[in-house]
Amino acid sequence: MNKTKTVGLGAAAIAGLALLAGGLGGCAATPDKDLGPDFQALLQASFRSEGIASVARLKQDPSQQACSSGQVPDAQALKAIREAAQASIQPPADGKYLGDWKLGEKLAQDGRGLTWTDKSAESTANGAGCYNCHQLSEAEVSHGTIGPSLRHYARNHGAANLADAKGQAAVRYTWGKLHNSWAALPCSNMPRFGHNGMLNQDQMRHLMALLLDPASPVNTP
Amino acid sequence: MQPPRPLLATAALAALALHSAAALAQSQPPKSAADSIAEYRAMLADGNPAELFEAKGEDLWGQARGPKNASLQKCDLGLGPGVVKGAWVQLPRYFADTGRVQDLESRLLSCMQSLQGLDAAEIAKTPFGKGEMHNLEALSAWISGESRGLKFNLPQAHPQEKRMYEMGKRAFHYRAGPMDFACATCHGQADIRIRLQDLPDLRSNPGDGVGFAAWPAYRVSSGQMWSMQHRLNDCYRQQRFPYPGYASDVTIALGVYMGVNAQGAVAAAPAIKR
Repeated sequence: MNKTKTVGLGAAAIAGLALLAGGLGGCAATPDKDLGPDFQALLQASFRSEGIASVARLKQDPSQQACSSGQVPDAQALKAIREAAQASIQPPADGKYLGDWKLGEKLAQDGRGLTWTDKSAESTANGAGCYNCHQLSEAEVSHGTIGPSLRHYARNHGAANLADAKGQAAVRYTWGKLHNSWAALPCSNMPRFGHNGMLNQDQMRHLMALLLDPASPVNTP
Repeated sequence: MQPPRPLLATAALAALALHSAAALAQSQPPKSAADSIAEYRAMLADGNPAELFEAKGEDLWGQARGPKNASLQKCDLGLGPGVVKGAWVQLPRYFADTGRVQDLESRLLSCMQSLQGLDAAEIAKTPFGKGEMHNLEALSAWISGESRGLKFNLPQAHPQEKRMYEMGKRAFHYRAGPMDFACATCHGQADIRIRLQDLPDLRSNPGDGVGFAAWPAYRVSSGQMWSMQHRLNDCYRQQRFPYPGYASDVTIALGVYMGVNAQGAVAAAPAIKR
């Protein structure tokens, strides 16, 4: 089922990360002293607020902290991240999951928002930047490869029919992925769009349509 | 009863052709990633506008400036006063006179203050592309260019140098802000790209040989010379972090981390970039 497949992919990604992380060390001896407090002091002394990007952004939530070691967190930490993420997911207020795929495509193309040169911190000022990391439509060849290809997302997630049970499950899974990607894959590189308030529910609905609407260029040849 | 001969001859010829093709393939082993990179750089380097900045930097180094009306020729970049060649591939490093690990630009600020009487703190506050920042761009272009072709070999003997490596490693993996990004988000795996732009894995070579070893660089897209500080600053902007101070410790720590990881990579700076 699509769920198993996703979990399987996640596990593979984590295993890959572990392998890479295993090859890290060896360049310099690790001093015995815990550098944590010194490192926080170094950060505080190095950054200043600029425009909408205030130094408050340096403060990590417990999940960000657990995902910052360069290694895969231990099983207990992974569980905590996953559970916190699952608890954070809010279904759409009106129960409507799908918006307009054309607006979703615009958001997917738009990588702007939230830098210190951006004027507004409102979610409506932000793009979703999907193409930075993912392939989506066939027509857009300028796509990144940090995340997996999302071509034929609906078919690949058992959502050929959005009305049946499998389709409904895929809809809820996808909403959760957009709201807080760490529920399905702790420490994923993908931003936690809904959880961090980067996108509002309307914007997420449009992305849902881009991924799941049979007429979306993601799902057409 | 004629044809066997010609047939045989054809077969022999074909076999010979195959054989020599194989031999040719053997004598030209497939290009390594490093070879391709070197070739690409050589193509780009032909007519690199960075040369103009290098010339300006060399001029600035010897020019008497500031309240003390002095040049930078007595500036110690780590290999002794006035020694420029080879200095870049050993930076950042610890300096006893300031008691700090410093990168090139931080060190230049120290020299501009101590030798020329310029106000380092004031210069550090200047936006990129304005006033003295232009001079720092040119100086870092020339000084890095004087190490072109040399191999990175950062010192790690001093405890402060080791400490800054560890700080840089932490900074590299530190996820924060509204998009949960760290340096590692884009530069912590091999063979990935953002849109069509290849992203070097900066945790080790050859990634650091492509990434770290090629800055400062002339950016074709903006028509500007970018120093390493400018490059790091824009990374943090795109990471949605707050603003890193010019020559602040977090930027120097990242320089140590990437520089040590670049051990043995050939310096290509000042390069030319998209």
